[in-house]
Amino acid sequence: MIFQTILLIALGILMLSILANMYRVVKGPSGADRVQALDSIGINMIASIAAYSVLFHTHAFFDLILLIGILSFIGTIAFARFIERGVVIERKR
Amino acid sequence: MSGSGEAVGAILILVGAIFSLISAIGGIRLPDVYTRSHAASKSSTLGVLCALVGTLLFFLISDGYFSIRLILGIFFVFLTAPVAAHVLCRSAYRNDVPLVGTAEDELKDYYMENENTDEDKEEVTENEAPAIKLIDNETPLQVSET
Repeated sequence: MIFQTILLIALGILMLSILANMYRVVKGPSGADRVQALDSIGINMIASIAAYSVLFHTHAFFDLILLIGILSFIGTIAFARFIERGVVIERKR
Repeated sequence: MSGSGEAVGAILILVGAIFSLISAIGGIRLPDVYTRSHAASKSSTLGVLCALVGTLLFFLISDGYFSIRLILGIFFVFLTAPVAAHVLCRSAYRNDVPLVGTAEDELKDYYMENENTDEDKEEVTENEAPAIKLIDNETPLQVSET
């Protein structure tokens, strides 16, 4: 019982941190702020999926952890290249 | 039997969640893009690593199930989160996002010199680009003829 309570508290704390990052996404003055906050939201989603799979005692969502990590990294790199150079994929000369 | 696994998993996941909350509060309260990135990348990475290690230890102790996918996820997050923060900070600096604080911008002199040389190099390569293309078009023909 204490176990489930601690995990629910952890999920609530992760939800609070996602809300705080959403504040930074809405208010951030530059584009890099918003992309950094979205990357942090992806990382918090990974931690929430880990807590969820411990809470329900299943290991069916471990692929999801790896998948969200890879997609968040690729999206962040693509947005950073777009902010820096204006294009994501450069044309070969 | 499974009580120790539950205790270890719950405590590590709680510690990871608290680290994530601290990083999010740092992302709200710090004044600058670079300091916010400093808070968000390091502390959030440590939080998610604590949560994933807690999950791994929970399933290892209580079920005897060792997950390779979770190890791979830990390794991937540990490898890619600082790289993403580095690339974002570089893009913010190159877009002249101002940095707040008392520290002077030591990168700027070096960066201006470097940018000037980059522009010179780009001009040179633009002038030489047709010649290189002609040579590249000719050389496969010669190779194929010989």
